[in-house]
Amino acid sequence: MTTLFTILFDGVAYGMLLFVLACGLAVTLGLMNFVNLAHGAFAMAGGYVCAVLVNNSGWPFFAALPLAFVASAAIGVLLERTLYRHLYARSHLDQVLFSIGLVFMSVAAVDYIMGSSRVFIKLPAALEGQIDVLGVGIGRYRLMIVVICGLLTLALQLVLAKTRFGSRLRAAVDDPRAAIGLGINVPQVFAFTFAFGCGLAGLGGALSAEILGLDPYFPLKFMIYFLIVVTVGGSSSITGPFLASLLLGIADVAGKYYVPKMGPFVIYTVMIVILLWRPNGLFGRTAAR
Amino acid sequence: MTALADVSSHAIAGARWRIAEVSFWLLALACAFLFPSRYLIMTDILRLALFALSLDLILGYAGIVSLGHAAFFGVGAYCAGLMALHGIINEPVIALVVAGLVAAVLGFLTSFLVIRGVDLTRLMVTLGIALLLEALAERFSNITGGTDGLQGIEMHPILGLFAFDMFGKTGFFYSLIVLFILFLLARRVVHSPFGLSLRAIRNNPLRAAAIGVPVNRRLIAIYTLAAFYAGIAGALFTQTTALASLDVFAFERSADLMLVLVIGGTGYLYGGLIGAVVFRMLQELFQSITPQYWLFWIGLVLVVIVLVGRARIHRWALFVPNLIIRQFAGRKAVVAAPESDAS
Repeated sequence: MTTLFTILFDGVAYGMLLFVLACGLAVTLGLMNFVNLAHGAFAMAGGYVCAVLVNNSGWPFFAALPLAFVASAAIGVLLERTLYRHLYARSHLDQVLFSIGLVFMSVAAVDYIMGSSRVFIKLPAALEGQIDVLGVGIGRYRLMIVVICGLLTLALQLVLAKTRFGSRLRAAVDDPRAAIGLGINVPQVFAFTFAFGCGLAGLGGALSAEILGLDPYFPLKFMIYFLIVVTVGGSSSITGPFLASLLLGIADVAGKYYVPKMGPFVIYTVMIVILLWRPNGLFGRTAAR
Repeated sequence: MTALADVSSHAIAGARWRIAEVSFWLLALACAFLFPSRYLIMTDILRLALFALSLDLILGYAGIVSLGHAAFFGVGAYCAGLMALHGIINEPVIALVVAGLVAAVLGFLTSFLVIRGVDLTRLMVTLGIALLLEALAERFSNITGGTDGLQGIEMHPILGLFAFDMFGKTGFFYSLIVLFILFLLARRVVHSPFGLSLRAIRNNPLRAAAIGVPVNRRLIAIYTLAAFYAGIAGALFTQTTALASLDVFAFERSADLMLVLVIGGTGYLYGGLIGAVVFRMLQELFQSITPQYWLFWIGLVLVVIVLVGRARIHRWALFVPNLIIRQFAGRKAVVAAPESDAS
């Protein structure tokens, strides 16, 4: 019974991490209908920034996390302004090719700069080990992830639901043309959201170095996971991707524990079945119109 | 009636063999005698060309964006490998066809998943199927040999006459003949009324359905055919290299394939063949500059191609050949890449 709870907890932590990593993608897909397979590259950038700051420059882990966010967001806004925005009106095929090209470039570039082996981030002692809650062993690091990601999700939900910017964003996702007609500067909203999503991915990348492993092939390895979160969750709200990430996280951890050799098999099968059952995602409208 | 006659005469005119096409194949044959020391890499190009041809059938003609075409390649490769390894079918040509048919069956079964949904769902489902097969191959590594691959594949002589030699001469001619036969078949298919209806579907599925084209059935048919082609490409891979490992299913293989087709252009069959040549040359070039990081340059090529625009690049590439042809034949642009956007 306690293992069940541990698996559940690990799954939730994993799922929340996936959500932070992937929620930027939901906006890219939902708002601009852009298939961005390179989202993982931004996460990897954040992870490496954090790793360099902590391991080489001796920054404390918690100080490096915001910097990972800022660095990824900066790269995101730079690429959005210079490259991505030319491709919004193009076909999906062009977008796929372009973003695969970016993934390849980022993989090789990171391999060149940082080497091909897996990178570990030195964690503060406070985050190591486990604590016991009612006999259930809970990793401190995972607990921290759940707390951080949970707070982030709450904040995101509040911003989307309560603020003016949130309502503009929702309007733009629902119907970009009508939103432009109402005087909302959709490209600006999008550039900001894109940068923010990349920043979140960077933060997620920094947090995930311990759990998912950080190496130059990160964007390729986890590309499918991000896409699953978005396509299964839909992009009309952030609740959809959130639930989808939790589902994916728990299914993946449980799959790896109970049927270790069939783990990935279970995930892909579930994804295909869900997509066939509801091509528009489990929760609401599909990302691609 | 006149409209119908008009369409058929147009289709027949489009299907006529042009000088450029004949010279293309003569050139391919000439390569065999021009570069006798490069059989291995030329065989590699031929395999890639066949694989790209198969993707062109669904991407260029039917507008299905697939990120998991390596699934069929892998199935064909393992099929041929296992049959040769366990001596089930020793004759390479029959094994080739059987491997293609197995891939076609898989293509037929998965086509029902692919025809549902829009681009993004298709991307995900095709990618998912390829990953699923890779996971399966890894799981049953006692059959597939896991990451080490199938060991000790012994190929029997083709038709009992031509043994595979270590310089790859037999392999090259074998691949060239297979590619040519399958190309003829593909050419026949895309210039038939069936092929025309596919193009109608690509351009506008709703309108195609409105004029009475059974959209789903056509898509299933072409997807199955493309899977057959990809399976044969995979089987050729195993037969000419005598190995099959997990990387036949890899995502990079599907992604590279897209690049091949994008370099060559989609929707006129030769795109895959030309793209395969250019891609392999580029790969050789990049690998000689930076052996470990050639992926970067491949990525850069992709990004640049997309940013400049595929149609524009093909216009530039065809400028010189068209100039020459215009001088000699005095006709309006003989070679043209009909640019098709599979969106």
